[in-house]
Amino acid sequence: MTANARIWHLVLVLAACSTPLMIMYVFQVIESVAESDPGSLWPGELDFENWRFLWERIDTARPSIWVATFNTFLFACATAFLVTALSTTAGYALSRLNMPGRPYFLGGLIILHAFPTITLIIAIFIILQFLGLFDSLLGIILVKAALELPFGVWIMKGFYDTVPWEIEMAGVQDGASRVRVWWELVLPQVKPGLAALLIISFLSGWSEFVLPLVLAPGTSAQVLSTYMNAVIQDDTTADFGLFKAIGMFYSIPVIIIYLLFQKQLMNIYGGGTKG
Amino acid sequence: MELRLEKFTKRFGEVTVIEDMDLTVESGEMMALLGPSGCGKSTTLFAICGIHKMSGGSLHFGDRNVTTMPAQQRSVGVVFQNYALYPHMTVEQNIGFPLKVQRVSKSEIREEVARLSDLVQIGNLLDRRPAQLSGGQQQRVALARAMIRKPDVLLLDEPLANLDAKLRLEMRSEIRRIQRETGITAILVTHDQVEAMSMCDRIALMKEGQIMQLAAPEEMYANPSSQFVAGFLGNPPISFLDAVAGERLDLGTGQSLARPFGLEATGDVVIGIRPEFFGPQHGTGLEGEVIFVEPQGREELIDVRLEGGGEIRSVLPAGEPVKPGERINWGVATDRILAFAKDGTRL
Repeated sequence: MTANARIWHLVLVLAACSTPLMIMYVFQVIESVAESDPGSLWPGELDFENWRFLWERIDTARPSIWVATFNTFLFACATAFLVTALSTTAGYALSRLNMPGRPYFLGGLIILHAFPTITLIIAIFIILQFLGLFDSLLGIILVKAALELPFGVWIMKGFYDTVPWEIEMAGVQDGASRVRVWWELVLPQVKPGLAALLIISFLSGWSEFVLPLVLAPGTSAQVLSTYMNAVIQDDTTADFGLFKAIGMFYSIPVIIIYLLFQKQLMNIYGGGTKG
Repeated sequence: MELRLEKFTKRFGEVTVIEDMDLTVESGEMMALLGPSGCGKSTTLFAICGIHKMSGGSLHFGDRNVTTMPAQQRSVGVVFQNYALYPHMTVEQNIGFPLKVQRVSKSEIREEVARLSDLVQIGNLLDRRPAQLSGGQQQRVALARAMIRKPDVLLLDEPLANLDAKLRLEMRSEIRRIQRETGITAILVTHDQVEAMSMCDRIALMKEGQIMQLAAPEEMYANPSSQFVAGFLGNPPISFLDAVAGERLDLGTGQSLARPFGLEATGDVVIGIRPEFFGPQHGTGLEGEVIFVEPQGREELIDVRLEGGGEIRSVLPAGEPVKPGERINWGVATDRILAFAKDGTRL
């Protein structure tokens, strides 16, 4: 008897609970390519009119979808790399180096992680304005990375904590410097954590909405989420078909990444022990 | 190379773990640091390899003072208890890593790895990763990696603790063979007296940060300097009985033993009798009742409760017709009785 068969009632409850979600997703897909008549649930003819944003500008005042996509991609990649690079080094330091104030630093990380970052938005706005980074992609990349860091550092510290001390001692005994030991012997042990963190912070950057909306409201640094927001807000009569199609376009990369990297993503919740 | 610790002191914060310890390991010797957990033997090992800084005293390899030298520059090979192999590297890369750090050429590394893997007999496993090896094979890899730099000193931290009984026996003689073949100076840290006795030239028995006795295994077994040493060495362990030394050794229970030759003490003493020196082959002398018989295959361990109180252990060849509950009158090899003062010092 398989595990699924034994817990069939549980599966049934979960399925029932998630049915509304599934229905929503189904209609999201269907209605992006087929307009249904008002008042009717059933879609009409196949119609790719909603996807017209791919080959033409839907509004001359806005950049094309491809510029927004490129911006989003750049934004997500840059924050992911920044967060991963800094978390990798900071996590190691917190896990292994005996530095003054370490417990307070760890406590601070947790607080920062739980802190509602939106309350900081005014302060961040003033700082960016002062630095001349307001309304620029670089500005929101730095802010997003800074806000993601507590989570990343904490996760990486957890992964480093599972690497046995003896591996490092052995490396030192074999004549390697601490930096070399970290790079050549310890880092490969936390690779699953690195991969997961990279993906998670990419996805988080990809779906970020509030920061670009507030801190880069102009058209030059528009990302997909603010692009969608503009589409729904600008028109006097909202074009839901178009909105749904852009939404589909926006979520396809996320779905692909989840499908490809499921295993790596699960690692973060598995605590980094090697399977 | 000779290794010399002088007035070695180690403190962790307020706590002094080891104070003013002197230890000399002769060149080519294998020395055991033996003791119960928490006695400071691992601390000593980590100080020698440079992972812990010494709080006081000095450490010399031959003529060189290496007290303040960082671990990377000391020529010390270490085999850790869990082997600490690098999981992402093959066996070949693991063994070759110390040379790679020294920027030795690739062809030379390959040669050296081949030489070492022959020595520890794992030449056919070079492409595997540590996870694909058995415990004994991992141990051999760890040994090869520790020795490839031709270190001055080889340190072994409980190297057999993670192996099953049969492998332990095999690796015991393997490690000894490799140490003899290379003539390397080695220190073995262990809490297992059998390992220490069977593998090492000399044993330093430690307790609470001090060396209680430093001697060859046979010497330490036959001639322990204190009650602690006598109790720690020997399996099955020695039995201790309270006695009053007068004309004879009066056990205070209506029974007594002849004084061993050369014992000068009088008054309250503790006597130690190893199990092999109590039994029917030594005549008669002590009366008691057999309370427990533990067959061990080749021999049997027998616990005896003495008439009037006190317990004593005996070991007899298997097949002796001894049953629990049986009353016996067995003798003691008088010359082999060890006598200690009440504070544990040898008399």
